[in-house]
Amino acid sequence: MTWNLKEDRPIYVQIVETLRMRIVSGVYPPGSRIPSVRELAAEAGVNPNTMQRALADLERMELISTQRTTGKTVTEDESRILSLKESIAEEETKIYFVKMGELGFDHRQIADFVKKAADGENNEIGGYTLMGGE
Amino acid sequence: MSALIECRNLTKCYQNGVPAVLDMNLTIESGHIYGLLGPNGSGKTTLIKMINGLLIPTAGEVLIEGNKPGVESRKIISYLPERTYLDAQNKVSDMIAFFEDFYEDFKPDRAWEMLENLGINREARLKTLSKGTREKIQLILVMSREAKLFILDEPIAGVDPAARDYIIRTIITNYNPEASVMICTHLISDIENILDDVIFLKQGKVVLKAQVDEIREKAGKTVDQYFREVFAC
Repeated sequence: MTWNLKEDRPIYVQIVETLRMRIVSGVYPPGSRIPSVRELAAEAGVNPNTMQRALADLERMELISTQRTTGKTVTEDESRILSLKESIAEEETKIYFVKMGELGFDHRQIADFVKKAADGENNEIGGYTLMGGE
Repeated sequence: MSALIECRNLTKCYQNGVPAVLDMNLTIESGHIYGLLGPNGSGKTTLIKMINGLLIPTAGEVLIEGNKPGVESRKIISYLPERTYLDAQNKVSDMIAFFEDFYEDFKPDRAWEMLENLGINREARLKTLSKGTREKIQLILVMSREAKLFILDEPIAGVDPAARDYIIRTIITNYNPEASVMICTHLISDIENILDDVIFLKQGKVVLKAQVDEIREKAGKTVDQYFREVFAC
């Protein structure tokens, strides 16, 4: 989850996505303090105002909150984090379906690919053994 | 946010009669990082030199916190010119002493720290150092002031990519949130992530002043790609 901000979409949107991933994957565990705006801005190589805007977005989504003494902390509401995780999974699945659709596969065929991969028939992709494979 | 710099109908004609800056109206506010972008000969350096009082406008005016360029404006603007003016006979430590003597707001500790992080020997004479290293030293000196406005004319062009990253991080972490930075460069993709706003100049006029994310949102392009489109030859 390094910062990859080269795409042609707004920078703050990409920052929000990276920080969201850090929260759902436990890089920033529930209730933990996240680094300051300046630290994060320096790490990502972005303007502090842009980082501030991204953090305000996360705050609006109630994924983080500002504490008077400890700075910004991740929500302790694990069900909120779980539902975010599920919505990211849905987005990723949609993207996968769109790409496979562009290759000309229908939904049944796509489901077969997923099943094959899950069953371990295709557990070597690009020279890497997928986790959970045999 | 108050206006730090106000250009009103600012015009500069050189002797050949062609205006380098023409009837420009521009406001620079506190707390922003601006990218001043434009093709060669679009008036970027002329504008910067007028802000710094190095060129006298042919018409119109430029005001810094309400005053014309002068002693007061030099106290609050830290300027990195496109060419170095440091005496090559001097040692790095001499330059620190010189800046400390010259500017009330110069923070030598900050300069020493950056020199150390970039592995620059403080007792080296400038003439023994490479062009890129001299540029780094010049930038370190300029960034070690507690200025209200930093004007950086091509700060990273001669510097290697790793040091560029360090310099960009330095710009983000060092500047006071109330201060503004104006960066003039052709290396847009290297700096666009740290900019709040971009100012596009063309033939001495401002053709666009917008937020970076606004451009990305509206044009669906990075500022670098957008620039190539607007100024396609």
